[in-house]
Amino acid sequence: MANKTIKIEILRYRPEQEDKPSPQLFEVPYSPDLTILEALQYIKDHLDSTISFRWSCRMAICGSCGLMVDGVPKLGCKTFLRDYFPNKIKLEALANFPIERDLVVVMDDFINKLEEIKPYIIPEDNTKCLSDGPHQQTPEKLAKYKQYSMCINCGLCYAACPQYALDTKFTGPAALALLARYNRDSRDAGSKQRMKIVNQEEGVWGCTFVGYCSVVCPKGVDPAAAIQLLKVESSKDYLIGMFKPD
Amino acid sequence: MNNNNEKKYIRSHEPVFWGLFGAGGTLTAFMTPVMILITGILVPIGLFGEGKFNYQQIHQFATSWYGAAIILILVALPLWHTFHRIFHGLHDLGVKQGRDWQQVICYGSAFAVTIFVLTLLLQMIAA
Amino acid sequence: MSKRKPYQREVSSKWWLAQAFYSKYMLREGSSIFITLYSLILGWGVFRLSQGEAAFNAWMESLQHPSAIIFHFIALLFAIYHSFTWFSLAPKAMDIWLKGKPLEDKLIVSGHYIAFIIVSVFCLVVIL
Ligand code: SF4
Ligand code: FES
Repeated sequence: MANKTIKIEILRYRPEQEDKPSPQLFEVPYSPDLTILEALQYIKDHLDSTISFRWSCRMAICGSCGLMVDGVPKLGCKTFLRDYFPNKIKLEALANFPIERDLVVVMDDFINKLEEIKPYIIPEDNTKCLSDGPHQQTPEKLAKYKQYSMCINCGLCYAACPQYALDTKFTGPAALALLARYNRDSRDAGSKQRMKIVNQEEGVWGCTFVGYCSVVCPKGVDPAAAIQLLKVESSKDYLIGMFKPD
Repeated sequence: MNNNNEKKYIRSHEPVFWGLFGAGGTLTAFMTPVMILITGILVPIGLFGEGKFNYQQIHQFATSWYGAAIILILVALPLWHTFHRIFHGLHDLGVKQGRDWQQVICYGSAFAVTIFVLTLLLQMIAA
Repeated sequence: MSKRKPYQREVSSKWWLAQAFYSKYMLREGSSIFITLYSLILGWGVFRLSQGEAAFNAWMESLQHPSAIIFHFIALLFAIYHSFTWFSLAPKAMDIWLKGKPLEDKLIVSGHYIAFIIVSVFCLVVIL
């Protein structure tokens, strides 16, 4: 096992010195237990300290290390060199987002969308006092939304979504899955407000069920299913709206 | 940009088309393969006996009210499915010009064929 | 002064060729073209039927042309691909809960296949 190496090509972008991104090749020591993120850290420590990338937890929970690995959206900390070795690996900033620099993207639009769907419990009324104790929930009721609450806001699903690529007005997978998470929560009464977002062209109707979002999601959230079920809800809402316009 | 009042949300009419798309897609998924197999392959290569799938038989079926309904659904409903996909497919391919016209032409075609077939069937029943 | 200059990558109109997953999606959507043509052929058949026996038989004869059979064969492959994708995605559009648990995807998909086989065999038997 003497000194194996692996080639990593990174699409670099340094806004202060260039107008468009260009690739740069690195060669790093290979070991089967190394992740892409560790390889990037090796590059930054030993080969080129100017390289920029995001990370924090190193354990697939903070959602900051998303990037394109050979054209597929992945978490750098959850992707291992051994799955590519001995081939060259191509890294690029997360697709469908503007590149801030190197592997760092501008996520403002994504964050705004997450905020827009009111990602918090809207209680039915404010009559329940703190001293009345917590809002109870059975395991069955928890199961209705639990999967959709696992999202770590990494944005991989946006990088996987051609509809978001074609039109960034689309609310997009993670935000709609998060919306479903609150609408499906028995303690929440905000569905009516959120359905207004769902019912728009840019809401669920921007989706053509490509389904790649659910494939790339590192947390098994299945945004595509959330959106399909919301389409059904939106259709019911449409029918109700025909008879009872508000 | 309006600063103080809430964002305006515009309801899409897509549920109408999506409903037809879903109904047509389900029908197509279950029925179209066997239909193509019968009308497009087995009958033309003569795998069925002479007495089958001939004018008398089909005409009799088409002029019964239930037969006419079945034919209308089998011929027209898949088009509401397929033209919906074609309309969205044009967007996927980046054909940005005249989305309104694309919409009119796509769903208009499905509508036109539906009415065309319906009229023919009613004429045959009346005759 | 800020040196920020976010770089927006272009989306090529051939994006669906870049990834096998996308290409399969386009194939699924493309099945609609063949199914449209097939429906139009049937619609034409109804028209010929309304014109009487001679016209209907001419339509039936035109279906025997080799190019017609080749077309129908390709259309059949696309239609089957549509069925396959439709059934595999069906669980995502269903929210069925039994005893506090979601119905398993496998059950929904195999249920669709069983129904598909029953429908197909039924049609063949009725016509035969
Ligand atoms: S849904 Fe999955 S892929 Fe999308 S942001 Fe959340 S964790 Fe990431
Ligand atoms: S570093 Fe936190 S998810 Fe990868």
